[in-house]
Amino acid sequence: MSISIPAARADFPILSTRVNDHPLVYLDNAATTQKPQAVIDSLRDYYTFVNSNVHRGGHTLAVRATDMYEAAREKVARFINAAHAHEVIFTRGTTESINLVANSFGEAFIQPGDEIIVSELEHHSNYVPWFELCQRKGARFRVLPLTPTGELDPDVLQSMFTEKTRLLALNQVSNSLGTVNPLETLIPLAHAAGVPVLVDAAQSVQHLAARDVQALDADFYAFSGHKMYAPMGIGVLYAKESWLEKLPPFLYGGEMIDQVSSTRVTFAQLPYKFEAGTPNVEGAVGLGAAVDYLNRFDQLELQAYEEDLLAYGIEQLRAIPGLTLYGNPRHRSSILPFNVEGIQHYDMGILLDTSGVAVRTGQHCTQPIMDALSISGTVRASLALYNNREDIDALTRGIRRVMKMLRR
Amino acid sequence: MQTTAEIAAQISAEFSLLENWEEKYDYLIEKGQNLPDMPDDLKSDEHLVKGCQSSVWFVTECREGRLYFQTDSDSLIVKGLAALLVELLNGQPAEAYQNVDLSLFDTLGFWRHLSSQRSNGLTAMVSFLKAAAEDCAAHHGA
Ligand SMILES: Cc1ncc(COP(=O)(O)O)c(C=O)c1O
Repeated sequence: MSISIPAARADFPILSTRVNDHPLVYLDNAATTQKPQAVIDSLRDYYTFVNSNVHRGGHTLAVRATDMYEAAREKVARFINAAHAHEVIFTRGTTESINLVANSFGEAFIQPGDEIIVSELEHHSNYVPWFELCQRKGARFRVLPLTPTGELDPDVLQSMFTEKTRLLALNQVSNSLGTVNPLETLIPLAHAAGVPVLVDAAQSVQHLAARDVQALDADFYAFSGHKMYAPMGIGVLYAKESWLEKLPPFLYGGEMIDQVSSTRVTFAQLPYKFEAGTPNVEGAVGLGAAVDYLNRFDQLELQAYEEDLLAYGIEQLRAIPGLTLYGNPRHRSSILPFNVEGIQHYDMGILLDTSGVAVRTGQHCTQPIMDALSISGTVRASLALYNNREDIDALTRGIRRVMKMLRR
Repeated sequence: MQTTAEIAAQISAEFSLLENWEEKYDYLIEKGQNLPDMPDDLKSDEHLVKGCQSSVWFVTECREGRLYFQTDSDSLIVKGLAALLVELLNGQPAEAYQNVDLSLFDTLGFWRHLSSQRSNGLTAMVSFLKAAAEDCAAHHGA
């Protein structure tokens, strides 16, 4: 059973607050999304009725907490269609997930002279860990350039593979341009060259129905809870079981060991080998609630609703004289990056805020993209399932007002 | 010459006449636009304040223990904030920079509104000027 998308707005209590004497128009969803009441309630209930440490102690609450934590893992596994729940590792977020792989994979498989390919579209979180790994290991860091439309060219990628290529790291959706990368083409190309693929799904898992990790055949798939209606501080690394078995742990400590003596340490089975220390149980519970929430919608309908809204946004923004919308990919998701001639992005952001419109400005942790476009930054409006055409209209009204104000 | 405290009181009084954020920003931006233009060749890395989302430049000059400066920014809002710093501090004795009371920006509200962002740059701008003032005081004393 699916519920109506426009009605979903009422599920998010923060959306009825006022900011600077105006109703909040929240268009900074790529930074973080707001949380539905169901997620907020799940946290309150967890602390009111359950709180205990997990995987320890046999008392009733500890068992309940453990059950809830593991149930959340299973929900996430089903949400992305992982073959096994133990392929879902809870982390703090996308950044930690990618660092885990960069460390563990790097430790086990990267030798001097090896090559790692990232795309020029990457967030610093999927760029710097690989750059640093290459520095540490004397490996070669290679960047797949973006095309003038802000896309990746499969032929160029193909030409970059060598027998030294050990990994391809790229996002499914760019947080700066909204480009949807054709993973269905790129991943098979990489695999044909014997190269595993890490997918940064921070901006896709909440928007695209194509999050089936088995269908995508992603080796690693990383995302953050807070960008998909769940709390901050919880995220996921999905990895194929075969990889998780081969990788050494990232962090060492409690929860992740099997036997410890002064001569020998053995590690716990998956997924615990990669979850050292007391985990973020509340976050996992909240993430489980967010998955339940998303599952109330028909996923294709949800994607179509958001794409329709994005198309409306593109059309409305393009109608503003002097406005440049960046990137022109064939398939775009949720992101509206722009500048208005003669107006600094920072000024636009601050002045939009005076009318309650929340956007982000700057480089969005993607300096390589800004350099490729030869700009210092953009204004970025980004959509979520609760946005509607009135939000877009408030944005364009706000932009026109700022233009009038600054063009004296 | 008026003290920074007297100048701050005057600026607060001016802004208190403005009713809403839009008017306040309008007035702030106007102050920035009234600053003389900085020649492009002075907009070099040496004069660039680091740590801001927008670019802001300061060219300082020390004369008889007083620090003078010109400033510019690609952001009209940041240039407006910089213009307030010009009103407040330009030509003051170097010591006045060290003790400058920034509660003015609190009173105006811009501080609260902008300072949550690393990008606002007010802190970075003031540190830049303080460092120049320290140099100035040291040379004058020597
Ligand atoms: C594409 C992309 N990758 C990685 C990240 C980092 O996510 P987090 O800060 O939640 O670790 C973000 C978030 O801004 C992102 O948009």
